[in-house]
Amino acid sequence: MSESSHSSGGAGPSHRSVEIGVALFMTLLAAVGIAGSLKVGIGWGAEGPKAGFFPFYISVIVLISCAVNLVQAVREFTGREVFASWGQLRQVFSVVIPTTVYVFAVPSLGMYMSSGLLIAVFMKWIGRYSWLIVAAIAIGVPIITYVMFERWFLVPLPKGPLEDWLGL
Amino acid sequence: MIEDIGNLFHGFSVVLQPYNIMLMVLGITLGVIIGVLPGLGGANGIAILLPLTFSMSPTSAIIMLSCIYWGALFGGAITSVLFNIPGEPWSVATTFDGYPMAQQGKAGEALTAAFTSSFVGALFAVIMITLLAPLVASFALEFGPPEIFSVYFLAFCSFVGLSKEPPFKTIAAMMIGFALGAVGLDQMTGQLRLTFGFPHLLSGFDFLIAVIGLFGIGEILLTMEEGLNFRGNSAKINPRVVWQTWKELPRYWATSLRSCLIGCWMGISPAGATPASFMSYGIAKRVAKNGKNFGKGEIEGVVAPETAAHAAGTAALLPMLSLGVPGSPTAAVLLGGLLIWGLQPGPLLFVEQKDFVWGLIASMYLGNVVGLIIVLTCVPLFAAILRVPFSIIGPIILVMCAIGAYTVHNNTFDVVMMLVFGVAGYLLKKTNYPLAPMVLAIVLGDKAEEAFRQSLLASQGSLGVFFSTKLVSTIMVLGLIALFWPMIQEGWSRIRRPATA
Repeated sequence: MSESSHSSGGAGPSHRSVEIGVALFMTLLAAVGIAGSLKVGIGWGAEGPKAGFFPFYISVIVLISCAVNLVQAVREFTGREVFASWGQLRQVFSVVIPTTVYVFAVPSLGMYMSSGLLIAVFMKWIGRYSWLIVAAIAIGVPIITYVMFERWFLVPLPKGPLEDWLGL
Repeated sequence: MIEDIGNLFHGFSVVLQPYNIMLMVLGITLGVIIGVLPGLGGANGIAILLPLTFSMSPTSAIIMLSCIYWGALFGGAITSVLFNIPGEPWSVATTFDGYPMAQQGKAGEALTAAFTSSFVGALFAVIMITLLAPLVASFALEFGPPEIFSVYFLAFCSFVGLSKEPPFKTIAAMMIGFALGAVGLDQMTGQLRLTFGFPHLLSGFDFLIAVIGLFGIGEILLTMEEGLNFRGNSAKINPRVVWQTWKELPRYWATSLRSCLIGCWMGISPAGATPASFMSYGIAKRVAKNGKNFGKGEIEGVVAPETAAHAAGTAALLPMLSLGVPGSPTAAVLLGGLLIWGLQPGPLLFVEQKDFVWGLIASMYLGNVVGLIIVLTCVPLFAAILRVPFSIIGPIILVMCAIGAYTVHNNTFDVVMMLVFGVAGYLLKKTNYPLAPMVLAIVLGDKAEEAFRQSLLASQGSLGVFFSTKLVSTIMVLGLIALFWPMIQEGWSRIRRPATA
């Protein structure tokens, strides 16, 4: 099954380079795993195999399969197949970037305020809705969430300056 | 046997309490919504809602969560038929004939057929679970560490041999999962490993975070890439259409039975619902009288994949309940739930937690009946959800995922990890690495490793322990056959071809 089939039209990074990148990253993870296992010992200890025994061999298998995958990637793809067009990738990044800001904002702003902001940014930037609809949903969803989690299921979520100010 | 039937009726009495019925309806409704929405599927939907059940009794919690699963299985069919968008991977095959039917104005027939077949498939699988699960469990009670490891071995080998992804990509994804599962405290020696001094890694990677990231966020990124225009057919279901379709369906009993069997078989082995639905569709197309009309809106082409997918999805709970080895990512999440509620999955459940096990099995029967009624009556409502633009639904799903990830351990770092897993999931999916074995490896890593090391400890390090008794060598050999299945198949056809030519 060729995954590049739906990336119709438009230039973009080659599928081969992404394929190689993923395999190389996994190789890196395997190397980290091997190093970490060696540190705690991969041999035979007082209680049987040491802590690093299992992860060591796991990482070795990752290493071997990555080597095969790298060879496959170079052989199978010519470098002309497109992973996704730049336009499609821009769409993807329009989610990744606000979400990245969001996950790092949660500890300081609290779950409710940052969630409201994420929804607002998303709706305004990508959906281009009027401020009224944006405000209704961006404020409404956190309020519903608050009632459901804090009041109904008694699960506290992280709070920030806004909740302090409201005295919740 | 007689005792099991008694237990089952006791289970029904547990499920029929008003509170549990309410949870069942709630679960099914949430499940259908989850199945309809892009970016939310059975596995991550349940993972997100799991923390809400921490305060419930395990039986009520599993009723609600398993009903979400049934609902998600039903929901996948709605988007496939009306919008040509498979809500879940296992409903891809349903689009082949379901969507053409909807375009011809027969959406009601297609949906009725899909829901009814789902129901039949599930019912068949539940009956099988009722009959087989106690037997398998009592058999598995005798298992020692080598046998337990061999079962894990078989489960993971079937992933490599049976999945459609390249085998070395499956192995790589799976082993990365094992490695992630190994991070943190080593359960046997109490030693820290692979943490490299990062305090965040002390407790390791939680698979629930991985599920929410890989399946939830990853799926949203894929949806964004593919564009956001959902254009669908309208759904009209009235009792007359339902009745007429029901009158027509018994004609396809052979297809239905075959799909049930394929589904149960594929569901027990962790290959899962998706290949089961394709396989069933393929065979039906070859066997059926009007097979060449498949793909143009043949009702039998809806019956076959839906029956198999739902049977497989349900059957996936059999190994989860009786052996502690989940047959699908969603079953894995349910297994994770058991651990959180303080239950030990595996054969002992049938001895120590009778209420729980039989309550769950009874809820499978009732849940599917309730599910069928709900989806048949509320299709237009559910279809309307998909008409809400993605630029509104998208960020709300993101927020739900983040809240779900946070509430697993009340830890904001987990939310960051969720995003990392999400981007990884997007890249892995695009480069054809399977995600299910990775998730299962994170869940089962500790247990598989424990069984492996205990076996080696007993044998003083000799791998021969895995071939020491008849039982364990049989399971290991089955595992090896599954692992090399594509090669065996190719070799077999090569031997046969010169003979027939």
